[in-house]
Amino acid sequence: MTTVHTLKINGVEVAGNVGQTVLSVAQENGIQIPTMCHLDGLSDTGSCRLCVVQVAGSNKLTTACTTLVTEGMDVTTNTDQLNEYRRTITEMLFLERNHICAICVANNHCELQDLADDLRVDHFELPVINPSVGIDASHPFFAIDHNRCIMCVRCVRVCEEIEGARTWGVMGSGIEERVVTDMGTPWGESTTCTSCGKCVQVCPTGALFEKGRSIAEGSKARRPFLPYLKMYGQDGA
Amino acid sequence: MTDATPADATPAGATPSRPVRRRPGDAPVLDGPARASAYVCEAVSCLSIQSHDILLGLGEQIAGSGTTDVLIKRVGCLGLCAEGPLVQIPETGQLFSHVRADDLGGIVDALAAVRPGAERVPEAPFFSRQLRIATENSGRVDPESLEDYVASGGYESLRSALTMMSPAEVREEITRSGLRGRGGAGYPTGLKWNTVAKAPGSPKYVICNADEGDPGAFMDRSVLESDPHRVLEGMAIAAYAVGATLGYVYCRAEYPLAVSRLRKAIREAVKADYLGATILDTEFSFEVDVRLGAGAFVCGEETALVASIHGGRGTPTPRPPYPAVSGLWHQPTLINNVETFANVAPIIRNGGAWFADIGTATSNGTKVFALAGRVVNTGLIEVPMGTSLRDIVFEIGGGIVGGKAFKAVQTGGPSGGCIPAEFLDMAVDYESLIGVGSFMGSGGMIVMDETSCMVDVARYFMDFCREESCGKCVPCRVGTTQLWMLLDKITQGEATMDDLAQMERLGSMVQKTSLCGLGQGAPNPIFSTLRYFRDEYLAHIVDRVCPAGVCAIQPKPVLA
Repeated sequence: MTTVHTLKINGVEVAGNVGQTVLSVAQENGIQIPTMCHLDGLSDTGSCRLCVVQVAGSNKLTTACTTLVTEGMDVTTNTDQLNEYRRTITEMLFLERNHICAICVANNHCELQDLADDLRVDHFELPVINPSVGIDASHPFFAIDHNRCIMCVRCVRVCEEIEGARTWGVMGSGIEERVVTDMGTPWGESTTCTSCGKCVQVCPTGALFEKGRSIAEGSKARRPFLPYLKMYGQDGA
Repeated sequence: MTDATPADATPAGATPSRPVRRRPGDAPVLDGPARASAYVCEAVSCLSIQSHDILLGLGEQIAGSGTTDVLIKRVGCLGLCAEGPLVQIPETGQLFSHVRADDLGGIVDALAAVRPGAERVPEAPFFSRQLRIATENSGRVDPESLEDYVASGGYESLRSALTMMSPAEVREEITRSGLRGRGGAGYPTGLKWNTVAKAPGSPKYVICNADEGDPGAFMDRSVLESDPHRVLEGMAIAAYAVGATLGYVYCRAEYPLAVSRLRKAIREAVKADYLGATILDTEFSFEVDVRLGAGAFVCGEETALVASIHGGRGTPTPRPPYPAVSGLWHQPTLINNVETFANVAPIIRNGGAWFADIGTATSNGTKVFALAGRVVNTGLIEVPMGTSLRDIVFEIGGGIVGGKAFKAVQTGGPSGGCIPAEFLDMAVDYESLIGVGSFMGSGGMIVMDETSCMVDVARYFMDFCREESCGKCVPCRVGTTQLWMLLDKITQGEATMDDLAQMERLGSMVQKTSLCGLGQGAPNPIFSTLRYFRDEYLAHIVDRVCPAGVCAIQPKPVLA
């Protein structure tokens, strides 16, 4: 039984284990594919669509994080068109709610900001949507500012898959979609939350943050849990 | 029990001598074969305009007159919904439209006049141009009666499949028929069945996708309301062919009549040994249950549907793995549309080659369409694949309401497109529709005349997609809202040519990068209206006028 596949990513021959994703093989070989909803150690949902790649022989784009390697696969990750799509996705994330870096707790420690920097998103062409969404600061240690949430649902996944509390969930659909605690009760009244803070650490933006920190020492500056999560993911694999 | 009552003493099969007590609403008693019959449409469209009162009224009048050779029967959809409530006398083919419960004299007289061998009235083109396979029992059998279905040859295909064919032979027959998925994408049904049959894993499942959600589409509802046993029979044959033991009908909760008839049909079929354990004394067992959708359009997408049956949020997941390999509870799962299952029994009965002879080279058989919009004969039709749009709209559909000019027909729901008059003579099949930038979809056909603004139509469908986006992936969640905002700007006369270019760029991005079919198809109405009605967009943007007079555009300020 074959356990290793050889494939091409951007013309370079690489090897991947059976069951390994294109994203993981690319990262091992130093090929950078932008990601947002993906986080090492958590399950993949393929929802942010940033890691879309072109697989030869397919007429559709596919996400690198959810596509398993196959023998002789020929993947292209960085055409102008793909990068244009990624820039538009990033632009959409910024314009969906309220992302003003200068006044954000995660400024300079924000994955969305880094992404825009990497992809050279320097201006927006579409209008801002910015619906009225609330802030839930009822929890004693943490708070969520839905204005900065990009619906990557990392918090939902870490709460379910690692902490096992299933406090976080998703409510609503489409542009009305929000992450919620305990099916919509205020976070502070949640009976399932263990106050472990994992959701805050996996959150890529300033949406989930610790109370009582200034911007300079923001809760996203140090995220010591992530290396452990990554190790867990490797063990799990 | 020691002493048996007289009724119990009656030997099985013999007619009890006791007179049957009539309750209000019971059909008049027949003491022999019916000389004449009245079929009263009790699908939801006619029911909503009191067709049940007509059934009761006819029953009272016939019983009151002492006639005993007239059958009054509840039937499923007669098709011509625009003219309802409908009553048909099948012996002569007379169709009574807009029937009123307080004015049934005409029907009673017509029933009294029926003689054996009576001449049939010529059929209207609405009926004569149709070919009914999936809906052959609609308007003919009582949807709430298993006996009636069996009397019309129902469950015979299941019996012959179970007793005379191997599962592989059943699959071969379906493959030979060339049947393609009637849910819209047109995936070859035989190939899907073979994939599920070959996929490793046990148990396997069969799901009937009855989560019909396209605006203006009501084919699945009508089939389920008119002939639920036909769908169950198709599912059972499919289950036998792929080796499944459990099936679900995933039906939207907005179809209460379809659901209640389906549930009744399942109960009766289990009782009569057509479903359940050791069906028809063979080793094959298959149970069916109903699951209700909570009104999310996206749950018609296979992976979202599976997530919904799991009890989770109805959100799609990236494919592969396809449900055929890993679907319900991560087991191989066959998911077909209502109409696809409705075609199975006739294919087994008449053979795959018979079905393959109907239709065009690549699209075999017939297709059920729901005719809606500005067409005279709105209703449900079934025509061979390859029938021209002109025949559908003008012959069967009776043309445009008020004699207005035809503008376009919208097919394929929110993932489809608008087909302009220049393609009226095009033969309708899966490929030709895609060729003109539309899509077969589940079969909704919305006819539009000169009073429709195509930009407004595109905006309507984008609003629908925006509402129905599950929100999981970014291009669909944000993209559909952005596209809708751009369309809204155009319909308000405030857009520029840059906005138009932006919309095309964004639409193509949403199409290419969205996770599931909802987002991938959402920009199609924009692209197809831009392709054929670009001048209307330009009129809104450059001249700031809506040619159809639909959009309220403020006049351009004139500099003095």
